[in-house]
Amino acid sequence: MYRYIFKRVLLVIPTLLGAAALVFVLMRLVPGDVCVVRLGSSGGTFDPKAIAQCHAELGIDRPVVIQFIDFVWAFLRLDFGTSMWSGAPVTTEIWARLPISLEIAILATVIAIAIAIPLGALSAVKQNTWIDILVRVFAVGGIATPSFWLGIVSLLIVLNFTSAVFGTPWMPPIEYVPIWQDPIRNLAMAFLPAVTVGYRYAAVSMRMTRSAMLEVMQEDYIRTARAKGLINKLIINRHALKNALLPVVTLIGIEFAFLIGGLVVTEQVFNLNGVGRLFVQAVQNQDYTLSQALVMLTVTVFVVCNFFVDLLYAWLDPRIRFS
Amino acid sequence: METMAISRLGINALVAGVLALGAPTAMAETPKRGGILTYMIPADGGPSLDGHRETTFAVVHATAPFYSVLIRVNPENPSSTTDFVCDLCTEMPTPTDNGLTYTFKIRKGVKFHDGSPLTAQDVAASWNKIVYPKPGVASARENNFVMVDTITAPDDETVVIKLKYATLSFLPGLADPFAYIYSKKKLDEDMHWYEKNIMGSGPFKLVDYQIGQSIKGERNPDYYHPGQPYLDGFVAIFAPKQAVRTDAIRADRAALEFRSLPPSAREQLVKELGDKISVQESDWNCGNVVTPNHKRKPFDDVRVRKALFLAIDQWKGAQALSKIAIVKTVGGIVFPGSPLAATKEELQQMAGYWPDVEKSRAEARRLLKEAGQENLTFELLNRNVDQPYKIIGTWLIDEWSKVGIKATQKVVPTGPWFDGMRSGEFDVALEANCQNVVNPIADVGRWLPHAVYRENYGFFDDPEEVEIYDKMLKETDISKARILMRQYETRINDQAHQLMVTYWYRIVPMQSYVKGWKISPSHYLNQDLANIWLDK
Repeated sequence: MYRYIFKRVLLVIPTLLGAAALVFVLMRLVPGDVCVVRLGSSGGTFDPKAIAQCHAELGIDRPVVIQFIDFVWAFLRLDFGTSMWSGAPVTTEIWARLPISLEIAILATVIAIAIAIPLGALSAVKQNTWIDILVRVFAVGGIATPSFWLGIVSLLIVLNFTSAVFGTPWMPPIEYVPIWQDPIRNLAMAFLPAVTVGYRYAAVSMRMTRSAMLEVMQEDYIRTARAKGLINKLIINRHALKNALLPVVTLIGIEFAFLIGGLVVTEQVFNLNGVGRLFVQAVQNQDYTLSQALVMLTVTVFVVCNFFVDLLYAWLDPRIRFS
Repeated sequence: METMAISRLGINALVAGVLALGAPTAMAETPKRGGILTYMIPADGGPSLDGHRETTFAVVHATAPFYSVLIRVNPENPSSTTDFVCDLCTEMPTPTDNGLTYTFKIRKGVKFHDGSPLTAQDVAASWNKIVYPKPGVASARENNFVMVDTITAPDDETVVIKLKYATLSFLPGLADPFAYIYSKKKLDEDMHWYEKNIMGSGPFKLVDYQIGQSIKGERNPDYYHPGQPYLDGFVAIFAPKQAVRTDAIRADRAALEFRSLPPSAREQLVKELGDKISVQESDWNCGNVVTPNHKRKPFDDVRVRKALFLAIDQWKGAQALSKIAIVKTVGGIVFPGSPLAATKEELQQMAGYWPDVEKSRAEARRLLKEAGQENLTFELLNRNVDQPYKIIGTWLIDEWSKVGIKATQKVVPTGPWFDGMRSGEFDVALEANCQNVVNPIADVGRWLPHAVYRENYGFFDDPEEVEIYDKMLKETDISKARILMRQYETRINDQAHQLMVTYWYRIVPMQSYVKGWKISPSHYLNQDLANIWLDK
């Protein structure tokens, strides 16, 4: 097992380096200039000398190869530099936004797992019954409903409901407070976005759980278990579900990584100062350093998630670690 | 002298168009102490915290409470376009030396938030940074002070500003809300220090700044205006989405936002909250400008440009648009509340403002026919912002269609919109003209040709227009300046260089427990929160 883990860790390094090269090149292909945005985004005109000075200050007047070497070397030292837009260290910019994005991702994942696995398994076991139909309708609804729309509607429902029942409209706080400072306020802010994001996430995972379970339930070893006289609950929990979880785990890993930087619209609907919103600002402002760091963060999260998913594979199916 | 002269003429009474619906109630009540004001800033935050460098309101709304300024628009009468009062100075100066020298006496005992004393040296250093920025230091309003010769502090209580020529535009320019007074010591150590740090002498001290999320301040016990501020502190939350801001006011997560909400949000909040909401409204020193690109055919032909203007029914349009957009008042190049603005009768003499729209459109058709452009088609470059750009753009296209012009709208994000205008790659653009302190002579500088005013994207030359402006810039008699302003405006309209379409309209709904704040014609003004108190 340790050898397997070591091999997987080694594979992470070239993946990150490849991603770094790709990000660097792609960012340079985007038309525009951070200095023009910085000096003229309010409509002001500017002296070409000011642009040249800005390029020199930011180091983007140097040959691209030198810039790339600097970028990779800094990345290896975990030095992401300063934002070209705000001048603040990139780590400060990201660190200010990461906790809320991480919290929403974790909460949404917990909600998704709590809904998807039991309902997906139930739907498969009760195939073509009214329970199955109900679960499938619920799942299709989740896939078809955009999270941001659900967010807007759920906010309006909460506002109108509290106004009608308590006489005073209520909505979640619009300013983030860390969970260790004020857990109630923190959860009041994070709960609704986590539910709206988690619903879609649950729907996708539920469909996957159902189809994987249906496939596994046709396997010979399940028939053997039944022939041995094992009770249904044991067959499903111990033999069927564990094997059916392989594709579900993959999906959960990918979805979790996506949530870290992909909640752009949901963050706007709930005024969450998260990584997704920062991503959009960085691209709009042509902020290379911040965009690069954010892409690298997302890539790292994907790579780490995949790594853990692989470890889970090995745990769920011991044949994988020995192959 | 300018202020006094205007005051003597009783022109303060001419603050037409400005409504401060909440103001009379607030004035009658005694302020209460305490409480934290939570408000929203409809933006993601500015690039830096330095008011001297930035131009966005997001910086003023976040940082003005921490700073003092030399003079300002009277916070108790901000709807006036001519009432300027001291903040750090002790008395509004009477210029000497034929209007060339202004001597300001600075308050004694004012302290920065770090406890160090604020003196005239700090005031002079800050203003020198604005007017004469060192290489590598950006100053957004440097060009507003081309008339300034020297700024000196002969002692710790006196600041002397000498001008190259006397002008009516100097004093309003000095009341710029971005012109924070910084510590000379900090500036001497690092001219860029204030880009990332906050340390002023204003009514509130910085408590916490969370990038992109919020900024918090607490009462400055050493503040020099007696009794102020009334609040214990404030929390400003960055909230770029309008729906979030409206919901947050409704649920009292925040008391207000100071920029503006559209009429639909006002109606929704009033309907749902009744007397728990109060609304202040005002004409806004901002508006949209139709800019034909004179370098492109057929817009090099004055007849075609004039036809564009004559096709528009501003009077009826403004009335209808005010129900769905943040616009209301028809005006010329000068803010309608200003003594230098055109009257309705004067406006109605100009193309684009005729009272008889059918006659106006008949003339437009005639001019188009004469220019051989009866089937004119073009693209309107517009900004991807709903309020009011896209609404105004759609309305204009409909108006133009009434004389047979087929226009399409190219709506792009802010960056490409500016890029398109700067590069001259457009037929007609819908621009915006947004100023802070109402300073008519400085404000109308944006109508000068590109060679003189680089942010004019009409790309025309007009030496006669420049000559009139130069005369007006150096005229210190307000009645003569008014005559010159009419000549200037008429020249722009006769040549159909550009057309102002409907001034914007500020609508600020707020929880009715917020008292003391008074709306002004600019969302940049009166934002230090010192006179706000909470009635709860």
